[in-house]
Order: sequence, then C-alpha cells, then structure tokens
Amino acid sequence: MASRTLIEINKITKVFRSLDGADVLALEDVSLDVGLSEFVSIVGPSGCGKSTLLRLVAGLTGPTEGRILIDGDEVTEPRRDIGMVFQAPTLLPWANILKNVLFPLKVLHRLTADSENRARELLKLVGLGEFEKKMPSELSGGMQQRAAICRALIPEPKILLMDEPFGALDALTREEMSLELQRIWTERPTTIIFVTHSVPEAVLLSDKVCVMSSRPGHVKEVIEIPLARPRSYSLETEQEFQNISQRIRKHIFENQTSARRIGAA
Amino acid sequence: MPRRIEQIWHHSRGVILPAAAVILLGLLWEASVHIFSIPVYLLPAPSVIWVDFISKADLVYGHTTATVNTILGGFLLSIAISFPLAVMIASSAVVANTIYPLLVLTQSIPKVALAPILVVALGAGEMPRVIVTFLVAFFPLVTSLATGLLAVPKDLIELSRSYRGTWWQEMWLIRLPWSVPFLFNGLKLAITFAVVGATVGEFVAADKGLGYQIMAATSFFNTSVAFGALVILSLLGIVLFQAVAIIERVLFPWSSPQE
Ligand SMILES: Nc1ncnc2c1ncn2[C@@H]1O[C@H](COP(=O)(O)OP(=O)(O)O)[C@@H](O)[C@H]1O
Ligand SMILES: [Mg+2]
Repeated sequence: MASRTLIEINKITKVFRSLDGADVLALEDVSLDVGLSEFVSIVGPSGCGKSTLLRLVAGLTGPTEGRILIDGDEVTEPRRDIGMVFQAPTLLPWANILKNVLFPLKVLHRLTADSENRARELLKLVGLGEFEKKMPSELSGGMQQRAAICRALIPEPKILLMDEPFGALDALTREEMSLELQRIWTERPTTIIFVTHSVPEAVLLSDKVCVMSSRPGHVKEVIEIPLARPRSYSLETEQEFQNISQRIRKHIFENQTSARRIGAA
Repeated sequence: MPRRIEQIWHHSRGVILPAAAVILLGLLWEASVHIFSIPVYLLPAPSVIWVDFISKADLVYGHTTATVNTILGGFLLSIAISFPLAVMIASSAVVANTIYPLLVLTQSIPKVALAPILVVALGAGEMPRVIVTFLVAFFPLVTSLATGLLAVPKDLIELSRSYRGTWWQEMWLIRLPWSVPFLFNGLKLAITFAVVGATVGEFVAADKGLGYQIMAATSFFNTSVAFGALVILSLLGIVLFQAVAIIERVLFPWSSPQE
C-alpha cells in the first residue's frame, strides 16, 4: 500500500533507569514508518520492547533518543486522536457495556445526544448489539475484548494501537476475532499498529510486519505482505503465506539461538 | 416435599444455626446459675437480666440513643477525614511516607489514657467521646481506601492518560469507583471499631450512654444492668455492620462479593 506516511518512528532508543543502577536498554535505534490507513504488525519475543514502542507512539512515555512524528508533529505527550487496546479488556467493572464504550467521550468532554446511538452502532458491528445493558462480568473474555475495541473506536481515532489484544483468548476465539478486526478495518480504515505473538495472525492482518529481536530491542526486518484481501485462514496452506511465515519465524528463531549462545557463554 | 424443605434449610441455615447455638448457650447459662446457685452480683441468669432491664426500659432507651449518637458522630468524622487523607496518600509517595508514620503513631496511643486528657482540652461535652471514637475507627478506613486507590490496574490509568484525562477525572472516574469494594471493607471495620471507641469514651467521660451505664451499674454491683447494656452494645455492633453491608449491596451491587 503506497500511502503517505502518517507515523514516523525515527531512530528511537529507550533506556529505563532503575534504582539499583542497572539500566535497561529496552529499544535501540528503532525506525519504522507507518502509512495512512496502513495495518502494521509488530512481532518479536517477549521483552523485546513492543509495549514500550506502543507507549512511546501514544506519548505515554518519552524516548531517550530519537523522535516520533505523527502527521509531521513530534509526539511529546498523549494525543487525543489515538485509541488503545490492551491485552486485558480492562473495562470499568461498575459500568455497563454501553457506558464503558462511551467512557473516552466522557473523558474528552465529547458526549452528545448522538453518542449513545454511535456506541450502539459500534456494538452491533462487533456482534454485541444485545449486550449493551450487561455488566462486564456477565460477558466472556472475547466479548469483553470486543467491547474494549468499540471503546477504542468511538472517538474515531486516527491511529489505533493494539497491544496483544487477543493474547488472553483461546485459539478459536482468537481466529474469529482477528477476522472480525480485518472486517472492521476494511469497513472503517484506520491506521493500526498491532502487537502480536502469533505469526499467522500477523500475516493474515497486516500490510507489513515488523519483526523485532530482543535485548536490546531492534528491528530485524520489515516484511511487506502482498496477499490480496479479504484474507482468511485457509490461506495458511498456500505457498506464499508459508514462505512469509517462514521468513518471520527464521528471524525470531535466529534471535533465540543467539540469545541462548549469549546465555551459555 | 423433602426437596422444598431442603431448599428452605439451604437458604436459612445461616440464621437458624447461630440462633440455635445462642438459645442453647442461654439455656445452659440459665441452668448453671440455678444449679450452682451463683450469686446474682457475679453472674445473673438471663431471665434476671431481662426482667431488670425491662423495668428500666426508658433509661435504657436514653443511654442507647446517646451511644448511637457518639458512634455515628465518630464514624462520620472518620469518613470526612479519611477521604482526603487517603487521596493524599495515593497521590504522592512523599506525602504517603510523611503521613503513614503519623497515622501509625495515632494508633499506638492508648485511647483510654487519651480520653481524660481530651476532656481537659475540649471540655466535658460530646466532643472528647466523638474524637476518641474517631481515633479508634478511622485507621482501617484510611488504609483500605488508600490501598483501593492504588490498586487500579495500570492499563486503566493509561487509558485515561492517553485521552489526556485530568487528575480529577482520573480520581473521580476511575480511582474512586475502583476503590468502592475497598472503601466498604474499611467502613465495615470502622463502624465495628466505632462501637468500641464510643464505649471507651463513655467509660472515661460521660454522664450518659451504655458505656457509662456499665460503669455506673458495676460500681453498685448492679451486674444484671451491666450485662443488659453489654447485650445492647453487641446488638448495636451487629445492626450497624449489617446496615453498612446493606447500603453497599443496594448502592453498589457490582461491588459486593458474588455468591
Ligand atoms: N516502566 C519500566 N521500567 C523499567 N523497565 C521497563 C519498564 N517497562 C518495560 N521495561 C523493560 O523494558 C523491556 C521491554 O519491555 P516491554 O516493552 O514490556 O516488552 P514486550 O512488550 O515486547 O514484552 C523489558 O526488559 C522490561 O523489563
Ligand atoms: Mg508487552
């Protein structure tokens, strides 16, 4: 997808200072461009700084070196046009599903007469139309995560940051949810950075996949996924899908053997 | 229908069993007093306590209202002071490190010893008793509430910050509601301690109240009246605790423990 660049991650280094003096180099010289309405996945071993990278883009923490530009503006604090989805749904347990979805508008002072209808539309879009009055504890994990996605979508963010959003779900629900995300993204194109552990999920959903390695986290390769859309998991048996998956796995695997070698030394 | 009886038993055994135990204990008490001829000033039989106490019903009513006033006064003062303290503790580690040792200090002061000093300082009115009640009751409330305010998942806080939510929004829309179960845990402890605090206050500085009545009655070896006051104090504790639990269940149904 040859669109104009929306997010420019430029030579980011992030060091966490800890009290015992042993600083953690979480990210080193990370660069990545994300185009307008592009779907970019980040895969990499646990602890390679994927969450940190998302928090940097969200402006929740600042880089040690380098800078991040969104629409040409440097990110120095949180922006109101970014939505976040975390691994856990983290809904407010005291509010029903509809109120949970409306929560960002409340914080943003953007509640209007039409807000509830928009929330209902979104809930319908993810198949939760009849559950708006239910409390979070009455819904399954997958349904809660769908509600969390609606919550992220309602302020109509320019950018959606998703940190392993399906990580807590069982394998079947996970496949179903990723296909649903593809459908939502097709219906309402948004720029998405999507962190995942699952290689097939990344290949299925993304325009490009950014493979990272750990300690310190840096970008191994950014792989374009030329497969035609809409995609389904039946593609997994096809040669091109397997080639791409292999290439991603090779990077992650390389990474682990080198880590093991360092550990053994 | 045995199934129906089983259901009734299942739902009411929480009441029936303790009630049966109390009645059995009362009968045992009554019987022992008669069998071993225990003198009434040492241990009056339940029947004697009942008769003596009923004959003073008016007086008992006055003492009970006085104690309830002290309990509620101290309890409300605890709430009023605990909220800002807990919010301050939760807002800054520096403040928390400054305030916590002082709070612990207030807990290590023996309240019975403090009461007469408070009378000298504040006069003989209701104030010293309310302050003693407050000092006994507020600590668990502050610690529970502060714990709740700090127990909010990091993701929720980041959610609010990512929309540039203000400190007030974070407190009002996320931290305080999140703390409601913790708050009620603290309130239940506080109301129970408030009964103790009010009684202690009345031992030292009062001319009315159930605590005062126990002191006055025992000094005349009027043991049955003292026992009666004791029973009322226990009942007050149970009723007030249940009242807090009911308020929680009615106002915050999502907060109370699931069955
Ligand atoms: N707030 C923090 N303070 C100190 N170290 C941190 C903090 N957040 C993350 N780290 C460290 O940075 C590294 C990357 O973490 P993270 O971004 O969570 O990785 P990932 O999401 O890829 O699993 C880890 O080594 C982690 O321990
Ligand atoms: Mg992570």
